[in-house]
Amino acid sequence: MLVSIYRYNPETDAKPSMQEIEVEIPADKDLMVLDVLELAKQKDPTISYRRSCREGVCGSDGMNMNGTNGLACITPVSEAAGPGKKLVLRPLPGLPVVRDLVVDMSVFYKQYEKIKPFLINDNPAPAIERLQSPEDREKLDGLYECILCACCSTNCPSYWWNPEKFIGPAGLLQAYRFLADSRDTATAERLAELDDPFSVFRCRGIMNCVAVCPKGLNPTRAIGHIRSMLLAQGT
Amino acid sequence: MAAGVRSISFDAVIVGGGGSGMRAALQLAQSGYKTAVITKVFPTRSHTVSAQGGITCAIASDDPNDDWRWHMYDTVKGSDYIGDQDAIEYMCSEGPQAVFELEHMGLPFSRTENGRIYQRPFGGQSKNFGKGGQAARTCAAADRTGHAMLHTLYQGNLRNNTVFFNEWFAVDLVKNQQGAVTGIIAICMETGETVFVESKATVLATGGAGRIYASTTNAHINTGDGVGMALRAGFPAQDMEMWQFHPTGIYGAGTLVTEGCRGEGGYLINKDGERFMERYAPNAKDLAGRDVVARSMVLEILEGRGCGENGDHVKLKLDHLGEDVLNAKLPGILELSRTFAHVDPVKEPIPVVPTCHYMMGGIPTNVHGQAITQDASGTDTIVPGLFAVGETACVSVHGANRLGGNSLLDLIVFGRAAGKFLEEHLRTAQEETPASESDFEQSMSRLNRLNNSESGEPVHLLRQELQGIMQNTFGVFRTGDNMKEGIAQLAGLRERVENVRLEDKSQTFNTSRIEALELQNLFEVAESTAIAAEIRTESRGAHARDDYRERDDENWLCHSIYFPADKRVGKRDVNFKPKTVDTFEPAVRSY
Repeated sequence: MLVSIYRYNPETDAKPSMQEIEVEIPADKDLMVLDVLELAKQKDPTISYRRSCREGVCGSDGMNMNGTNGLACITPVSEAAGPGKKLVLRPLPGLPVVRDLVVDMSVFYKQYEKIKPFLINDNPAPAIERLQSPEDREKLDGLYECILCACCSTNCPSYWWNPEKFIGPAGLLQAYRFLADSRDTATAERLAELDDPFSVFRCRGIMNCVAVCPKGLNPTRAIGHIRSMLLAQGT
Repeated sequence: MAAGVRSISFDAVIVGGGGSGMRAALQLAQSGYKTAVITKVFPTRSHTVSAQGGITCAIASDDPNDDWRWHMYDTVKGSDYIGDQDAIEYMCSEGPQAVFELEHMGLPFSRTENGRIYQRPFGGQSKNFGKGGQAARTCAAADRTGHAMLHTLYQGNLRNNTVFFNEWFAVDLVKNQQGAVTGIIAICMETGETVFVESKATVLATGGAGRIYASTTNAHINTGDGVGMALRAGFPAQDMEMWQFHPTGIYGAGTLVTEGCRGEGGYLINKDGERFMERYAPNAKDLAGRDVVARSMVLEILEGRGCGENGDHVKLKLDHLGEDVLNAKLPGILELSRTFAHVDPVKEPIPVVPTCHYMMGGIPTNVHGQAITQDASGTDTIVPGLFAVGETACVSVHGANRLGGNSLLDLIVFGRAAGKFLEEHLRTAQEETPASESDFEQSMSRLNRLNNSESGEPVHLLRQELQGIMQNTFGVFRTGDNMKEGIAQLAGLRERVENVRLEDKSQTFNTSRIEALELQNLFEVAESTAIAAEIRTESRGAHARDDYRERDDENWLCHSIYFPADKRVGKRDVNFKPKTVDTFEPAVRSY
């Protein structure tokens, strides 16, 4: 099959280009995009991309496949390209390209760090675990599973406009993960830090994030909850 | 210092940003030492993220009378009696505190009705020293416990301002004339720059090396970098013949299906739909030790009762548990099965096959993580400046067979232990003599050779050949003749691997260079595995030989220790002296 791959090496290339490579794949198998990329790299070892777990839990190989963000390791070629079509692989949009399919994720990580992604509870810890009811624990489902692949944030027009000021869907999903945790005692200060025109309110409910999340999570809903909490405290 | 190589300096450098590395880093960051974590992937991409079922620990939630000594008994028995009892005692008794700390840090464990941490049954678990029936001792966050733990540890490190060098690759140890480790040579992948990272303590936390096999549950990044570095520096590796084959890798894809599936009530069936583990392990059935279950599966296949057109796998049945239980307890497994096996476990069984999963061997250490070697008389000595934790280390708490749920516990207990030891040690440790120009040249030689390579074979072909040899010769069942042949094939491969061709010499995020360096680490691990496996003339734990079918306590109730300089395998005593409980004497191991 024909694969078209975004190529850019700052050492040698004045500008990026698309490289077309013919890759032989077994007729009876629906390979994952990552497998095809490995085959392409065997033909041209200068292609660079990130990958690790190859089962959709580490979040390394987020990329844009025929126009849609997703994880290469759990996206079958048939789904990405369709039968007989060319597979087109580009880096996640909106982030600086380091090389080929490798993007610079510093801004993305900075937004994650900004929301203080750790449990804050300054009460003395008990000798055993802090208790939490199954109902309270259930509130974290759909939130804690995020793998920081950046498929959502790099699919978000609001994030493209304001990557430095808008936290973006991934960061906000985690912001709500800690707001929703019955063990966390920093709700007020967390909300105070989000209470500006950009951090949360740049979300326009476009739901591009939901459309591409490879884990089936719903950042827009989490953002809605944060909005409600901010409005409820009446600032 | 080698010309043109920048140098940076820390109190401690931790190589690897997975569970054990980040737990050690957290301890040191909290105590204010200048600590760096060098990690070849962003920390939350480490392979700990793939751990599913949980962390085994006697926190007495499921059973208020649970006792860490019962957990210790299970672990000693599971190890087929070559786990070190002082280390197992330490792990099982310190475990609850280490798990509670993670919970306090925010780990989103699943919960019981009374709000405590949910625990599920796992293989090889018992109450009352094997006499009280199946225990449920594995603390779980659904079937994403490793993910939850890794993210929590990263978050804890962010809170404590740990310094991370993300996407930096450790190439080799730097060793001075006295044999002390004074740091590492590392490459910043984004720029290609080579840097000497100087440190009073170098902690290897590089994880496993399952990629020596063609079929593995392990991530692409599990290439045994720590063991490779240690062996090249002349330090020994222990119990390298002991590789765990997980009973339930998805047939064809190799991705892991947690033992928690069987803990929750799932079971294995052959082509006749028979629950065959009832024949092999009448008491524990599907929750026998992993080595026992994996061997039983292979026997079913060899005897013609395998499933599918080629009769080369068996199936894991879950549908009788009901959709609600599966959604609540095993959501990740549903996802993986649908993606990689094209099977919906709610309706039909998952095709599975034993798949390489875990390296029980590694760099020998004491409970503080200090690396151990032996002097000429065979007496243990400490390697100054070198530490190892997690899967790359061999403390040894897993011996010849690891119990499910004990790897996550190993990571946090010994990551924490090494951190605590270093807090004291760094206060009093004497300055080592700096490495000389020729010491650096030694450490740079591999990288220089690669960077100047003009001929040679490409990485992927050599890697496939290596993985083929290991898969065919050092799998679930082994025989002496085959292994001798395998060792000869590896000997022929060594020079070709050393001369691997690097076509792409560019600096910016050159993953080809990294893959070539990883290949050489895989080779060191594979060769030590092969040589140690051929020499151990018995069957014990995961090491099963057709030509030596029995356990031989008279000759082999010991660790194997492989010395790279002369490819010699020695014997090292197993510790049978726990501090607070009586020794668990070797006994017949049945489930």
